[in-house]
Amino acid sequence: MLNERLRNLSVIDSLLWLLRAAIIVMVLWGTFVGLTSGRADGEGMGQFIQRCTTQTDVGTIQCMGKYSAETWRDFIIFGLAQGGIYALIALGYTLVYGVLFMINFAHGEVFMSGAYTAFFVANAFAKNGFLDSNPIVALGIVLLVSMVTSTIIAILLERIAYRPLRRAPRLVPLITAIGASYFLQYTFRGLYGSGKKVYPDPAILTGKWDIFGIPILKTQVVVFVSAMVLMVVLYWFVQKTKTGKAMRAVAEDKDVALLMGIDVDRVIVITFATGAAMAGAAGVLYGLLFKQVDFIMGFIPGIKAFTAAVLGGIGNIPGAMVGGLFLGVFESVGPSLFLEGLGVPAAYQLKDVIAFTMLVLVLIFRPSGILGETLSEKKA
Amino acid sequence: MALLELENVHSYYGSIHALKGISLTVEKGEIVTLIGANGAGKSTTLRTISGILRPRQGRVMFDGQDLAKTPAHKIVNLGISQVPEGRGVFSKLTVMENLEMGAFVRTDKAGIQEDIEHAFTLFPRLKERQKQVAGTLSGGEQQMLAMARAMMARPNLLLLDEPSMGLAPILVDGIFETIVNINNEGTTVLLVEQNALMALQVAHRGYVIQTGEIVLTDDAKALQVNEMVREAYLGH
Repeated sequence: MLNERLRNLSVIDSLLWLLRAAIIVMVLWGTFVGLTSGRADGEGMGQFIQRCTTQTDVGTIQCMGKYSAETWRDFIIFGLAQGGIYALIALGYTLVYGVLFMINFAHGEVFMSGAYTAFFVANAFAKNGFLDSNPIVALGIVLLVSMVTSTIIAILLERIAYRPLRRAPRLVPLITAIGASYFLQYTFRGLYGSGKKVYPDPAILTGKWDIFGIPILKTQVVVFVSAMVLMVVLYWFVQKTKTGKAMRAVAEDKDVALLMGIDVDRVIVITFATGAAMAGAAGVLYGLLFKQVDFIMGFIPGIKAFTAAVLGGIGNIPGAMVGGLFLGVFESVGPSLFLEGLGVPAAYQLKDVIAFTMLVLVLIFRPSGILGETLSEKKA
Repeated sequence: MALLELENVHSYYGSIHALKGISLTVEKGEIVTLIGANGAGKSTTLRTISGILRPRQGRVMFDGQDLAKTPAHKIVNLGISQVPEGRGVFSKLTVMENLEMGAFVRTDKAGIQEDIEHAFTLFPRLKERQKQVAGTLSGGEQQMLAMARAMMARPNLLLLDEPSMGLAPILVDGIFETIVNINNEGTTVLLVEQNALMALQVAHRGYVIQTGEIVLTDDAKALQVNEMVREAYLGH
């Protein structure tokens, strides 16, 4: 039986298997070398392992490579925070794909439009002191402005750029999306200028909180918790409300949904709007975490969120959440964990490479994603 | 005045002329069947009535309103429900959610709850499986669900597209029994079937459709003994 399977293995298959094996070996080897680089001069591997497993205070004795246990923990926490942002953006890709089987490549710009517009509100609040005297109200307003802006942009996008092409071949709206993406970038450059703008840092979010004895930057906590809360609300909306159920019905069969009396066009608009509101919220969180915005800020996070959506299984809502968090952590930990071990200089600058390598690998080896089902004929 | 009246209706799929001047009427309280071979235009006729397909010519009048001018999602509101060909249950939604979607246009929560209970007494199997996703149901159960879902809109006219397709003969009997029950409760039925024998047994009147045209219409009993029908559709 095994013989037969071996004989049926084509050249391409063998190459792909080799590629898989090579990547796994590289990651494992890099990790191993990276983690054991704290070995003292002349210390054997056995001694090293014994020393590290018998002593409990691992942080101070360099048992985890160049970095202490605290640093690794901080990498992971930062990864979760940025992963929350990726996940929120990824939801927009996945929701729209769910109902239209279309990748809205202008979604990154929907995210940018909210974050960039809200910057001016945040900046005004920071200047007149409102941001520090009433931080919660101020941040609430900033968040609202961002979500509303993104939603309006997405609704216009759907109405003007996508709806007229609903019955066109699938490549057409994809190309339109790329065009719309550039149109939005340069419209906002024209409106707001091409320089980087520094997001104000509310005083309430400076410093750290002690959470279960672990000191964590307040912004990271707020970003992660907000992202989680929004995702839970969205999941509830899609699963439990009448509109959410109608969304799922439209995603499955538009003609039958029409027979139920569901206004399919309206549901599609609501889907775009929901995804955009999440992206708008992600925009403010991005401003808080990375402290700066500009007119092309949507591009890289947009593609990373798309990667996250594909990673989790596009069209699958929990998949987008899991994919986003996974990508965020992997990207944050990866460079120090295995790229440095492999001897790559300035590994942290290569974190984008990790994300996009991951996109290519997922597309080659598991196009349906982590939680995705096998694509049916109809969708594929 | 007839409840439903099609007058010289022409429908197209792109450039394919699928309905070539269909005229038919359905009176209140009747079961009318539309029989014909595969590809004759039976489903197309139903799709034209429910608004998924727009007639290029002719009128579709329901209760005095011109359906060709009504947006498709508002046709349910007027009192027409359709059980689509191949059942069309939402396979990723639960049985309960499917029924709720059937009542999408209604806002009377108490009434909806009542109708769900009623559907469960008609189809006890659905009650047992209310939390299961519809994709896990058997073909017969899916057909029951599709019919129960269509009834959730409290229609005056029920359009049924091949309810017997792909079902075991014993289930087919049950489905046709249900059709008669639904009709006895006051719902008018337009039934599209390839199984002409069964359809003519439950229907009051019938139309025979061939390549997009009505070629024959009569009482169901007369059609059952009609030479042409017997040869073409009843197999003897």
